[in-house]
Amino acid sequence: MSDGGQGGHDWPLWEVFVRAKGGLNHRHVGSVHAPDAELAIRHARDTYTRRLEGVSLWVVPSSAITASDPEAAGELFEPAESKVYRHPTFYDIPDVVKHI
Amino acid sequence: MYTTEMSKTVKPIEVAEDPALVEAFEARVAADEFIEPKDWMPDAYRKTLVRQISQHAHSEIVGMLPEGNWITRAPSLRRKAILLAKVQDEAGHGLYLYCAAETLGTSREQMIDALHSGKAKYSTIFNYPTLTWADIGAIGWLVDGAAIMNQVPLQRTSYGPYARAMVRVCKEESFHQRQGYEIMIALANGTPEQRRMAQDALNRWWWPSLMMFGPPDDNSPNTERSMRWRIKRETNDELRQKFVDITKPQADYLGLTIPDAALAWNEEKGGHDYGEIDWEEFYAVVRGEGPVARERMEARRKAWDDGAWVRDAAAAHEAKRQAKAAA
Repeated sequence: MSDGGQGGHDWPLWEVFVRAKGGLNHRHVGSVHAPDAELAIRHARDTYTRRLEGVSLWVVPSSAITASDPEAAGELFEPAESKVYRHPTFYDIPDVVKHI
Repeated sequence: MYTTEMSKTVKPIEVAEDPALVEAFEARVAADEFIEPKDWMPDAYRKTLVRQISQHAHSEIVGMLPEGNWITRAPSLRRKAILLAKVQDEAGHGLYLYCAAETLGTSREQMIDALHSGKAKYSTIFNYPTLTWADIGAIGWLVDGAAIMNQVPLQRTSYGPYARAMVRVCKEESFHQRQGYEIMIALANGTPEQRRMAQDALNRWWWPSLMMFGPPDDNSPNTERSMRWRIKRETNDELRQKFVDITKPQADYLGLTIPDAALAWNEEKGGHDYGEIDWEEFYAVVRGEGPVARERMEARRKAWDDGAWVRDAAAAHEAKRQAKAAA
């Protein structure tokens, strides 16, 4: 059973997403190991929703996730930094003008 | 069209479905619960939503055209950067909405085909031309103002993915209206010619903006059921009234005159009375007879066709990458 954590016999890893209540997005909460999707849902329920934390679960094989490169985060997100005009507060509208 | 047909056959459609399921569904929406993609829903609910969300998405996409028309001619670098950011947002909003519609079982390809073949509808407002720079101000102020008025209640629409898309859209939309009104302030305080431009833009965009809320309630066959299903949260006429009441003081501040001799405060109803809307014009534009309807569709189809090589190249690149990985 035990392989010292190096044998590569772990069940696949699944990322777990929980919808806290109707109308909200599923949010990432963590991960579980499981041999298949059905058991991953069961493990996710037992691991992450023991206190009614959610009304719906998603599990996604961790290997299916492509993440952005942390090294490239600077150049990836920099373009938005200089575009303050994308925010409503950038515009001068006198206070007497309402509902705008 | 399916719209009117559905309202006449609403009973038969529901009878064809399991009454217990229908009853449970009706109870859920009546209790303001959200419906999610994997939940059971009546076929008519699904179809109504696919139609409404895809029309909404098409409107965002086609809506880029009248404003895109002015990006190269914006009067300053500041205005150009702002307009570019706004048009970019509209593209994003179209994508949020197409994705929401796809959760109902339609495909992106089907929706785009329906738009390009002229089968799908989009907001009538985008079939009017943008003749001067003041139109960009008027669109932000009035058209985005009316859109916000429509979209704020949709943040609580009963279909979860649509509601969540609306939350994002509304958050981003507020700068659109403010940049437009800021343009109007600049023009209204400018030279006599600039003031004339601002007034002319208001004259041309006022009535089409009121039409954006759709036909009057007594001629809007789906309103009653859409309200019951919480797809719509307020009727066309309720929203239109709110828009008039909020916009009139904003026009006053600019020193501009709303082109409606009948517009007057009605103390008794606590709102403005306003003149008769030319519904003949509205239905003509819905039928595709708007001043620039043909140009809009030609521009969309050209953009799609001109982009074909990019899609092909991306697919070829991915195929090559996979072949390399397999080797």
